[in-house]
Amino acid sequence: MRRNFCVNLISIQKSFDMTNFRKILFTSFVTVLALVSTPAHAIITITITEGGEGGTPIAISPFKWQGSGSVPTDVSGIVTADLRRSGRFAPLTREQMPAEPFKDKDVVFKDWRLVKATALVIGHVTPVKPDQYRVEFRLYDVFRERQLAGYRYTVKADRLRSVAHQISDLVYEKLTGEKGVFGSRIAYVSQERGKDGKRLYRLSIADSDGVNPQTILSSAEPLMSPAWSPDGKQLAYVSFEQKRSMVYLQDLKQGKRVRVAAFRGINSAPAWSPDGARMAVTLSKDGNPEIYIIDIAKKSLQRLTFNRAIDTEPAWSPDGRDLVFTSDRAGGPQIYRKPVAGGQAERLSFEGNYNARPSYSPDGQQITMITRRNGKYNVGVISLADKSMQVLTDTRLDESPSFAPNGQMLLYATERQGRGVLASVSADGRVRHLFTLTEGDIREPAWSPYNP
Amino acid sequence: MKPISKLLLLFVFALMLSACASKPEEAATSATGEEAVVQGAAEEGALAGEELGGRPSVMRIHFAFDSSAIDSDNRETLEAHAAYLNANPSINVKLEGHCDERGTREYNLALGERRAQSVSRMLTVLGIDSSRLTDTSYGEEKPLDEGHNEAAWKMNRRVEIIY
Repeated sequence: MRRNFCVNLISIQKSFDMTNFRKILFTSFVTVLALVSTPAHAIITITITEGGEGGTPIAISPFKWQGSGSVPTDVSGIVTADLRRSGRFAPLTREQMPAEPFKDKDVVFKDWRLVKATALVIGHVTPVKPDQYRVEFRLYDVFRERQLAGYRYTVKADRLRSVAHQISDLVYEKLTGEKGVFGSRIAYVSQERGKDGKRLYRLSIADSDGVNPQTILSSAEPLMSPAWSPDGKQLAYVSFEQKRSMVYLQDLKQGKRVRVAAFRGINSAPAWSPDGARMAVTLSKDGNPEIYIIDIAKKSLQRLTFNRAIDTEPAWSPDGRDLVFTSDRAGGPQIYRKPVAGGQAERLSFEGNYNARPSYSPDGQQITMITRRNGKYNVGVISLADKSMQVLTDTRLDESPSFAPNGQMLLYATERQGRGVLASVSADGRVRHLFTLTEGDIREPAWSPYNP
Repeated sequence: MKPISKLLLLFVFALMLSACASKPEEAATSATGEEAVVQGAAEEGALAGEELGGRPSVMRIHFAFDSSAIDSDNRETLEAHAAYLNANPSINVKLEGHCDERGTREYNLALGERRAQSVSRMLTVLGIDSSRLTDTSYGEEKPLDEGHNEAAWKMNRRVEIIY
């Protein structure tokens, strides 16, 4: 198996005409991207916990392939895996299905009620001309015996996976009333050893199920902390390519990038404001790590924290009014919240002596972070209403948790059999999946906004 | 590796083994044959002597968990570096802070900087002008030992002294 990925070949540096922060704040680069074929580093998805007990039973009848030869993409298989991974649904196995209808007139609702399926999805895939396929699907309410949704798509083979995720999103939204996140993508960092034994770091983007990975930057020096712009068109990240940490923004389509912070000391932890106009970063240019806010258009800098402790890992509230961050001002790392306009920092975490890397749920009611329990580092969620904490994982070395755009799942990184892997957990902690690379370590997942 | 160099290596190992064989009491104290080879080689081979007034050989300072404190052994190491730097005023030093993998990456980046600054401060106290010292942090991104255990973590909590 081979796949394409982009390699950062040349960076041509051009300074903006700036009086104050020449070269250290905002330097633009023209990054030339080239397509290079390399051995695949496909991500494998592994289900750890089945969500059968609590999920709603649903039947996804295998989509009928109406062409010759084999089907280019198993659309209904992808829909089934998506819905199971959400933790909200327990898709029937093929053995549990009383029939495999693919046309409207073949659906016998009472058969599906007997196997306790609350909803039924049917469909078919038909070749219309070379590299052109028509996908049709219908979603039914089994008890009310009525169609809830039905769509037709005509696409090329390489878009069939996207169609499958879009069907998953539609089914999820019709049945739960909340938007699905299957059409969104994940950014992550991976590390492997090259043929020469040296480390190679990659920043990549894949579909929400880990399939279709594309490398947008590779480097012999570490890459860290990918963060999506709210419109899903850019990624901010930290690169050590100049032998120390600096913050960059990269346009995903054109590969053009801008260096936004290259001060003395640490330049790190980028976080976009919800309106995309500002970016919170951690800089230690004044002696120790403090949180600053960069106005991206004005190229100006505002310092938000003032003390001798470590202040880092900022994240915006969904309304853009507050930042949560990690600080060890009280000894060990704990979670604090401070208004962007300035004011007092309020401590939010009180359980345990290590709480770090906070980020908000989309509704602003909860904060997820890493919490240490009995020497293990796990994903925790604090409810802002009563400051109570729930621990969602029980592995040993979890990192970088974040909520999906619909708040129903979280992505995080963990270690399994000595290697870094990505994992997802449903917001209630019941269903967990692992995403692992065929080789190397994978870490720091970041969920894109809806349909970037 | 070319066959001829493999042969040469085998020959060297054989020599080392025979050196061990003449010291039965040492071979008896070590658990495996391999260790006996290493010990024999150290006894019989060239000692890693330090040139007087030369650059100190210890280039790493290690730390306790979640700490940037410099213990007495490390202080001795830094005194040797300070003496060398005082004798060679044209030489500058880079101090690179690192952490173990536990905890969050960005917080560890900050901790690594704190460790580098702690070494930098000690060298300043020992008379080195701060303009000759630069500190940087890689957090947990560049472990020396990629294991996920206490021994690896201990190895990875460090400041590298780079001339």
